[in-house]
Amino acid sequence: MKSGSNLERILKAGHFAFTGEVGPPRGANVEALREKVAHLKGNVDMANITDNQTAMVRMSSWAAAMICMQEGVEPNFQMVCRDRNRLAMQADILGAYAHGIRNMLCLSGDHQQFGDHPQSKGVFDLDSMQLIGMVKKMRDEGKFLGGADIDVPPKIFIGAAANPFAEPFEWRVHRLAKKVAAGADFVQTQCVFNMERIRAWVRQANDMGLTDRVAILPGITPMKSVGMAKYMKNKVPGMDVPDGIIKRLQGVDKKKVADEGIRIACEQIEEFKEMKGVAGVHLMAIEWEHKVPEIAERAGVLPRPEV
Amino acid sequence: MIVAERKPFDEIKHMVSGYKKVLTVGCGTCVAVCLAGGSKEAETLNAELNLAFGKDGPEFGSDTVERQCDMEFLAALDAKVGGYDAIISMACGAGIQFLAERFPGKPVFPAVNTSFIGVNLDVGWYEEKCRACGSCVLGMTGGVCPVTLCAKSLFNGPCGGTNQGSCEIDKDQPCAWYQIHGRLAAQGRLDRIIEISSPNDWSNQKPRKVIQPGYGERVKSLGR
Repeated sequence: MKSGSNLERILKAGHFAFTGEVGPPRGANVEALREKVAHLKGNVDMANITDNQTAMVRMSSWAAAMICMQEGVEPNFQMVCRDRNRLAMQADILGAYAHGIRNMLCLSGDHQQFGDHPQSKGVFDLDSMQLIGMVKKMRDEGKFLGGADIDVPPKIFIGAAANPFAEPFEWRVHRLAKKVAAGADFVQTQCVFNMERIRAWVRQANDMGLTDRVAILPGITPMKSVGMAKYMKNKVPGMDVPDGIIKRLQGVDKKKVADEGIRIACEQIEEFKEMKGVAGVHLMAIEWEHKVPEIAERAGVLPRPEV
Repeated sequence: MIVAERKPFDEIKHMVSGYKKVLTVGCGTCVAVCLAGGSKEAETLNAELNLAFGKDGPEFGSDTVERQCDMEFLAALDAKVGGYDAIISMACGAGIQFLAERFPGKPVFPAVNTSFIGVNLDVGWYEEKCRACGSCVLGMTGGVCPVTLCAKSLFNGPCGGTNQGSCEIDKDQPCAWYQIHGRLAAQGRLDRIIEISSPNDWSNQKPRKVIQPGYGERVKSLGR
């Protein structure tokens, strides 16, 4: 075991992993956070705690991750390269580990121009690839990036993100390979809507032997409305929403659109359960945490295994 | 070259109000080429200032030196500056500081904002190309700078925000890593970016000096 985290044990035991996501509050509203987490308890193996996502200031991801842990859900502490230099990153990794955090997701981060402080200076001292490598070095070699020994190294299960839908497509699997070489143990992908693309990408990863070395968890986001689907198609960079998805949502009664969105998500999960090279799925029910129990139930991933 | 833009007129006007005689000093090199601070722009600024202040305002003189970043050229101003109680510099940040160092008793005001190191795309149209990071990777990246042209200065891109050849921050901003991939693919050199590029050495981001090989002794003798 690299970290002994619940996710690592689930994957090691060969179970189909099911992870969720919680965005920390725009303030110190602990109760709101606890309520969001409560919907995930017992329904997911681990919850990602986002780090100032879309470059909007929120409660820090390590602090929210600790509250998540208190509520009985294992957190995945997200860290972006935008807001910290390598000193702050390593300090926060040690602090998070000291408080019991065992999973991390290493990300570049959305550009600061998108958020509520567009005047801020983006740090980007390291990029996500280099962050992954740094966490691995801290864990496996017991050394800081600068080379000095760490007194009790942090044993972190290392996560990375992948976007199989961004251009150039043929380079995507090579970038995945770079993340695996850097030290990623698991990979959560951008929200999947284009199944054809992800099938091709997973097949390439299989052919290159990557799926033997890294657990791939495709991202699942149920569409709540036609508007949301159109917004994601047209406004979110790197998102690939085929017209077929929008047509399908438009084809049902207005009151049934959200239900159809969940149905599409469940169909995707069913396919991923059978797909060679896929180790689980990552559910991003954005501001829809209360629907997670229903989605987990309908996706047939309950009860979550105890390992 | 170094590219600059003239400051908003009101900001310049505010800085020099209250002085009696002001010398506007243009710079004949980079800022002249990019139409921000050469002799023509110095004359234009003075004309605008005269118009705005009217008869009771400061008296404006002008002069332009070849390069304000070179003491040899600044020396030409020595005899003139005594007659003025403030100076406007239209050079880049380096030139302004060297001018202020040459005449430490005089208030020196900047008339331009120094923008970047860039290239001339057409008359009046310039684009940033270099951040002077001090550890050039252009050999690895097919001649496209990821430090300058990737909005996140990534060394292992393209990130997930790349948007059909554009950067996530703007449709009109090309994704540098998309370009790097394209150029290296066309040259059959993708192997250059398949290896993980390790964390960059930013330690040079403090006041820097360059002494070319063979000039060390001379620098020592100058006592600088």
